[in-house]
Order: sequence, then structure tokens, then C-alpha cells
Amino acid sequence: MPTLTLLHDGRVDEISVADLARPTISPEQVESLLGWELKPEGLCKGYMCIPVDQDDLVREDGLDLRVLADALQRPLVTEEKHAVASLGASHHDRAEALDSLDAPDFTLPDLAGNLHSLSDERGKKVLLVAYASW
Amino acid sequence: MYEELADEGFTVITVGIERSPEDARPWIEKASPQHPSLIDIEHLVPDLYGMINVPTVVWIDEEGRIARPNDASFASNRFKLLTGLDSKRHLRRLRAWVRGDAPALTPSEVRKHQELPTAVEQEARAEFTLAWWLSREGHDEDAERHYERAGELAPHDITIRRGSMRTRGLNPMGFAFLKIAIKSALTRTPLYRRIEDSPA
Repeated sequence: MPTLTLLHDGRVDEISVADLARPTISPEQVESLLGWELKPEGLCKGYMCIPVDQDDLVREDGLDLRVLADALQRPLVTEEKHAVASLGASHHDRAEALDSLDAPDFTLPDLAGNLHSLSDERGKKVLLVAYASW
Repeated sequence: MYEELADEGFTVITVGIERSPEDARPWIEKASPQHPSLIDIEHLVPDLYGMINVPTVVWIDEEGRIARPNDASFASNRFKLLTGLDSKRHLRRLRAWVRGDAPALTPSEVRKHQELPTAVEQEARAEFTLAWWLSREGHDEDAERHYERAGELAPHDITIRRGSMRTRGLNPMGFAFLKIAIKSALTRTPLYRRIEDSPA
């Protein structure tokens, strides 16, 4: 079975797909990679469930990745020639997080490769500066 | 600035939105900062905070709450004529907030000034992530289509459009960026998010 490289949440994962033109993902990988579990009531994460049309979503070889992305309101863009797909973040999730006013946490490396998180600085006022050399 | 306020329970975190740590190295080494100076080659922070251009700053309080949202700001007035942004005014406000002399914004003001990402902007970011992966894998021609598509979806997102220029063999200081700047002026589409508030 061909392999699809799935770019999501800042990660790179590989999933086996029967058809690159219409990729599917196993329910197990939906749970382990994306954190959603398929139940009779829909796609669930904790106590929250999103109703989905399971006739569209569930196919012989797994869950239809495009239907899944639509249900989660996440953009999915693909380059079939190189067997790669990019699953972006939902604007609802991003907007909800910002609207809560809790500063989204992140972990990034410095030049030496040491990782730092915003949450390491809890207890201090922080000026977060994004800049670039370009 | 950091040295002046570091004893007052304050820190700076800089995040270089770069294609490789090497692009940021000369800047960071020259400043040799005492605060975390991070590199974000995947554009995670612009995605999380809805940033469309740099430089931009966010104020975050002791509890990890956003006290002032994503707001274009420069460390000096070098680009004031071009951007209309006054860095001195921002520093004055920041100092007053850190020292507890003046509040930042109220939660409702933060919400009012915060521009939330749209579905199209998130699709542009997904296209950019795909293009950037294709570039790194050496598929430049295919990457180019996705950079183009990202730019069509979010023409105002400079982190995507200008941030990808070097990878694509374009000069970010040259004609390609000038074209974006002129178009933005003609269509009155701001390339910076800025908060208009009363003079400090």
C-alpha cells in the first residue's frame, strides 16, 4: 500500500493509504495522531462529539481524510505527485483559543537547540516579539 | 530595555520566523541576549497568534493571559516613515505596564483589538506548510504552485509571501516585495496589524 506523508500540528507522520487520489486514514491513527475517536454519535474528543455523516466518512479501507478534515473544519491540501498532504489548524480552534485570552503555549528551540516554552515564564510579564531577517 | 526591566518580573521572548536557524544566527549573536531567543522555521507562532507580518509583539501577563494582542512594533524608529508606527510610544506604554504604573488593556479591549484567523487564512497556512515541505524535499517547481496558492488565498499575509521569498530565489528586499507593498497601498489593505489607541 502506498504511504502518504501527513503534515499536521507541526508534525510529520506517515499513513498507509489504498488510493492516493482519495486518501483514507485508519480510525486508530485518527485517534493516536489527531486525538479524535469515532463513536456511534460522531467524532469524539473527551466529552465533546461532532456529528458526522458516517456513510460519507467510513469507507472500506478507513476514514475518508477529506470528509474527516471537513468535519473537523481543518483545511486539507494535497500534492498527490509527492504523496503528501497538509492538514492545517481549524480557524475555529485558533479563534476560540485566542478569544479565551489564554496565550497559546508553544515550545521552540534556541540556536543551541535547547527547547523553551512560553509557559516556563509563568509568573513574569512577557513581551513576545516575532521578527525575521527578511 | 530587557536589562532595564528584567528585575521587575519581566522577560522578553524573541521568535525568529526564519527558514533556518542560520538566518537568525547573526542577529542573535550580535545582540547576545540574556532572554530566550527562539527559532520558528514552521511558522507555529504566526499560526497560533494569527500573525500576518513581523515585527509584531504580544504582551502576556504573569498568569499567561494576553494583556495586549498581536500589534506591529519596531524596536527603533528606523521604519517610522514607511509604517507610521512610533516605537517610542510603545516602549513608554510597555514600561508603565511592567512597572505596574498603568494597566495594559482590559479583557474586552483585548478581544476588540484581536483579529481572529479566518478559514481562508488557515487554508493559506496549510498551503504554505505543504510548499515548505516540498521545498525542503527538493521539489521546487511543485512547491512554487503551493506558495502561489497560499499568496492568492491570503495576499495580506506577509509572513507567508515575503517569508518564502528567499527559498523561492526571490529577493525579499527587492522588486517582489515592492510590488506587494504598492498593491497594499493602492488597495488600502494594511500589511501590519496595529492597535489604534489613545496617545500614552
